[in-house]
Amino acid sequence: MTEVLLNVMDGWPQGLQTLIVILIKITLILIPVMLGVAYLTFAERKLIGYMQVRIGPNRVGPKGWLQPIADALKLMFKEIILPTGANRFLFLTAPVLAIGPALAAWAVIPFTEGMVLADINAGLLYILALTSVGVYGVIIAGWASNSRYAFLGAMRSAAQIVAYEIAMGFALVGVLMAAGSLNLREIVLAQQGSILHWFLLPLWPLFLVYFISGVAETNRAPFDVAEGESEIVAGFHVEYSGMAFAVFFLAEYANMILIAVLTAIMFLGGWLSPFHGILPASAFTLPVVGALLGDGIHWFLIKVSLFLFIYLWLRATFPRYRYDQIMRLGWKVFIPVTIVWLVVLGVAIKVNLGPWFD
Amino acid sequence: MLENYVPILVFLVIGILFGVIPMLAGFLLGPRRPDDEKLSPYECGFEPFEDSRMKFDVRYYLVAILFIIFDLEIAFLFPWAVVLDEIGLFGFLAMMLFLAILVIGFIYEWKKGALEWE
Repeated sequence: MTEVLLNVMDGWPQGLQTLIVILIKITLILIPVMLGVAYLTFAERKLIGYMQVRIGPNRVGPKGWLQPIADALKLMFKEIILPTGANRFLFLTAPVLAIGPALAAWAVIPFTEGMVLADINAGLLYILALTSVGVYGVIIAGWASNSRYAFLGAMRSAAQIVAYEIAMGFALVGVLMAAGSLNLREIVLAQQGSILHWFLLPLWPLFLVYFISGVAETNRAPFDVAEGESEIVAGFHVEYSGMAFAVFFLAEYANMILIAVLTAIMFLGGWLSPFHGILPASAFTLPVVGALLGDGIHWFLIKVSLFLFIYLWLRATFPRYRYDQIMRLGWKVFIPVTIVWLVVLGVAIKVNLGPWFD
Repeated sequence: MLENYVPILVFLVIGILFGVIPMLAGFLLGPRRPDDEKLSPYECGFEPFEDSRMKFDVRYYLVAILFIIFDLEIAFLFPWAVVLDEIGLFGFLAMMLFLAILVIGFIYEWKKGALEWE
């Protein structure tokens, strides 16, 4: 496809050609991501509905399938309120700061072999940096709103995200030690072999810490004290309405999908098939079945969907954590667990413990 | 090598546009009929009577300081973890010593009650 395009653009300036190719690739990433975000909100309402023995949204379109589009249109035609006493510039910058990093992080995600926008060596470092920038959106929103609830929500969320980011960072160090690379594609390839080689097994405490920290980082239930609609109304985005609120909403869901994607890549072998080493090698050469059984983007999507389902399931099942319990879990449970496991992992790598590190 | 980072720059710009354009659309398409009641900060129906940027607990500062220490530690661990295979036993033990010093600090702050949120 790239070659057809390059033929069409023959004779155009070199810089323009690369820019257009990049823009097309970005569009090809962003459209599925935005569709995923829209239908994740729908899936959430439906799933939680069924878990609570209700039906969920079912009026707009067949079985409610047009609900997310109706929501977006409605929000677009609502007034954006700028509260008195708010710092207008920061108030409007905050949503942009939330969504910019949440989307830009997708640049280094490998969807399947060779399907990545920017195959850079510092992929994981880039992701860590961008997810940290996302915190600013929440803090600035809370401070700029000039509202007590927003301020409280921002303070809570800042301390919580900071605590869980350390646990998350340590879990990432474990992945790096096992994979020996910051490049996300190489991290996936380091898990080749069989289902036993996925980092899920040698790094299982880090996997749990990473995923739970991810839930806390995105301010999702049961760690949603930053929003806590029954305590501080909506936390940091009380004062936001219309599209300004919608942008925060998009950022939250894009971050959820991002965490699910990263967990799948780092611990469940991304696009690798779980059947390697179980089925005989000849099974993968069968006409259609072989392609389905072998590696491919469908495995990646299945794994991501699994984690997104867990996200929604957690919200339907658990009551909200108390704030002191959140901080205790982050500082006194997750950080010691990860430090201990890093030492264990280091020793395991140094003695070449099979089947993972030989 | 460096041209691998161009798509990231473009993506960052697009990500920011994804925040700016919907809000501009919201301002253009939505109504604008502000009044005093609507613009006052939400406070469960009360008139807000003080500046809402109030004093907050000193423990938030403490958490921020502890965060810097540990985040720096992670920044040191990143390059070490990548080359773990090549630096041999000495590199491994050196980092274990560094970790041990930090763990002593961690135990100290734990015993001092810096992590308590009763």
